[in-house]
Amino acid sequence: MAQKMTGADMVIQALKDQGVDTVFGYPGGAVLPIYDAIFNQNGIRHVLARHEQGAVHAAEGYARSTGKPGVCLVTSGPGATNAVTGLTDALMDSIPIVVLTGQVPTFMIGSDAFQEADTVGITRPCTKHNWLVKETSKLASTVHEAFHVATTGRPGPVLVDIPKDVQFATDEYTPPAEADLGHYQPQVKGDLETITELVEAIEQAERPIFYTGGGVINSGPAASQLLRELVGATGFPITSTLMGLGCYPASGESWIGMLGMHGLYEANMAMHGCDLMINIGARFDDRITGVLDAFSPDSRKAHIDIDPSSINKAIRVEMPIVGDVAHVLEDLLNVWKARGRKTNSAAVKKWWGQIDEWRKVECLKFEQKGKVIKPQHALARLEALTKKHDRYITTEVGQHQMWAAQYLGFEDPNRWMTSGGLGTMGYGFPASIGVQMAHPDALVINVAGEASWLMNMQELGTAMQYRLPVKQFILNNERLGMVRQWQELLHGERYSESWSESLPDFVKLAEAFGAKGILCSDPDTLDDAIMEMITHDGPVLFDCLVEKHENCFPMIPSGKAHNEMLLGEADTQGVIDAKGSVLV
Amino acid sequence: MSPLKIKKGATSHSAYNLRPNFSDVQESHTLAIIVDNEAGVLARVIGLFAGRGYNIESLTVAEIDHSGNLSRITVVTTGTPQVINQIKAQLGRIVPVHQVNDLTVEGQSVERELALFKVEGTGDKRVEALRLADIFRANVVDSTLESFVFELTGPSEKIDAFADLMRPLGLSELARTGVAALSRGT
Ligand SMILES: Cc1ncc(C[n+]2csc(CCOP(=O)(O)OP(=O)(O)O)c2C)c(N)n1
Ligand SMILES: [Mg+2]
Repeated sequence: MAQKMTGADMVIQALKDQGVDTVFGYPGGAVLPIYDAIFNQNGIRHVLARHEQGAVHAAEGYARSTGKPGVCLVTSGPGATNAVTGLTDALMDSIPIVVLTGQVPTFMIGSDAFQEADTVGITRPCTKHNWLVKETSKLASTVHEAFHVATTGRPGPVLVDIPKDVQFATDEYTPPAEADLGHYQPQVKGDLETITELVEAIEQAERPIFYTGGGVINSGPAASQLLRELVGATGFPITSTLMGLGCYPASGESWIGMLGMHGLYEANMAMHGCDLMINIGARFDDRITGVLDAFSPDSRKAHIDIDPSSINKAIRVEMPIVGDVAHVLEDLLNVWKARGRKTNSAAVKKWWGQIDEWRKVECLKFEQKGKVIKPQHALARLEALTKKHDRYITTEVGQHQMWAAQYLGFEDPNRWMTSGGLGTMGYGFPASIGVQMAHPDALVINVAGEASWLMNMQELGTAMQYRLPVKQFILNNERLGMVRQWQELLHGERYSESWSESLPDFVKLAEAFGAKGILCSDPDTLDDAIMEMITHDGPVLFDCLVEKHENCFPMIPSGKAHNEMLLGEADTQGVIDAKGSVLV
Repeated sequence: MSPLKIKKGATSHSAYNLRPNFSDVQESHTLAIIVDNEAGVLARVIGLFAGRGYNIESLTVAEIDHSGNLSRITVVTTGTPQVINQIKAQLGRIVPVHQVNDLTVEGQSVERELALFKVEGTGDKRVEALRLADIFRANVVDSTLESFVFELTGPSEKIDAFADLMRPLGLSELARTGVAALSRGT
């Protein structure tokens, strides 16, 4: 016997049936019935963000650190438009989130009603899919379908727009088992013939490399496990994109570091010089490839991706495999084992010899001299002092983000949350809140730049209200550092608007919210200050004053190839030509 | 810049072949896209073409299965083989899209377009218009003493050719439906 209830109650029931325990949101006129339903129950915890963008990023942080979909509830009009950046961010990084928006009642749609916006129209290009639900009878089923779409295939953000009259009306509830999930069911098994072709290539390769990405993490813990087995058994070097950090442990024997624009010298050189590139869940993004014509010219390439549109989009590959990483790796391992676990070990050993040569460049080396903290040093100390903790790292966007990727080591998937595809300043702080909600006892640190952090600083209220002991580790260079770096390299050191003027006193700012503020500018007291941050039971704003004009190296300048990396200041003179400077 | 038209069925790659074709030649392809007939689905398809900078040369859409709630969108587009493959793969990502068929590479297909031509004129020109319409098997669907409306169905090239002929004879308005296409045989 189907249960009758209001649309608002259906939303809550459907969320519960989907296993949701936490919703990040912000109320308003068009979602009041749903907030009423929230008021009358205990199963779902609502976290009141201080801005809808914060709510969406928090849901992203929750999703990325748990592998479960994040859920967000906002009102119509400005609530929905404020969610757009977070939706786009989640789309670019393939993060499963479900955003529920209120809408003006159906009979007022199209009348320019108060707080009306064409939410499905605005969010069509920044969601994987979205729905406007016009009948209460279809509401529960649509919410179930939304979860299905968000989490199946290549994950992504979805949005369900719910007019207020649909929330008020009563109808029969559809449980998940009876919901119409549509026909959406992407392929997860890879083509065995191509997998076998890849196995043959693995057996013969002289200079192989695993190039891994966020797809491994999205595929789930089994994928990381299988990857570790494959890397361990073949002994091939492995690199990863910014998105894939943690899928293989940084302490692992075959790890050669992150690749890409600010990736490690040895990783980029190995990508350039390899003869077999095995792309697992990465997408040949422009931050990775550098100039396409000169990208890894002598390699055969395999690409494992659940999204067929990622294959042959930027780089043409010889061995395309559409499927879920875990499924494909399982088959790959089986075929490789059945054929006798062969590799060309003599050649691979020589290849490692070459990689070890490249490693001798020590591209991340820096010297902490004098009384000013180098940002690299701050992160190296943070790494040393927090490594042993159950630790989750989020970041904002800029130089600090790249340094965090370079100097922090990740041993497991789902421990590193950063805005990769969209590069959203203001992502890290709310994301850290979402992570801490999901992992109350873990050490959650947002590595931030002072400029990015200010973009969603209002969320300090959220952190305080829910007693979330998130640590905001701000590398304060009083500069839009990454912008400044590009202006130095590309625009004749004309530092147009890249100062952080009129910065707040971060310690006082923390205190104004009732949080703890720590200021550190002295390398000698840095360790103690970091320890104070870690041991404090509550949110901390750590204002770490660092070298203002430090540049982030290595760097592949725009329009250049992997083997044309800049390793330090001495390399930077006149390197980027006019053609490169039009690129972002 | 005019796209090179490839003879139907002349390319060897299949719609689901992800192996790259390295050609940089612009090809014209006719895609049949079966979608759920729901609000916004056309906007999703068009938005994809606009947002990613793909061409649309012709587009038609109508419901084809009322009980199954399905519509068929026919798009004629141009691009290099790599771009065409991207277009198909990107279309495949749209959740309400059930199926994408590339009629240009999946065997032979028939393509038809319907057009209405208003031709205004008197005297010799009027007679000549009617004579040519007869040759092209265009139907007269409306007539006044100073004008005809012709209806013509056929491949786009035939519509183009008839329009070229009618222009000097007083073509004043033209309405085309865009291409509808089906694969041949079973
Ligand atoms: C919302 C948004 N606006 C602008 C940018 C462009 N941008 C990229 S990095 C950066 C500077 C970031 O400064 P800060 O947070 O202090 O980090 P730093 O580079 O100094 O470490 C800017 C403005 C962006 N990525 N996101
Ligand atoms: Mg800064």
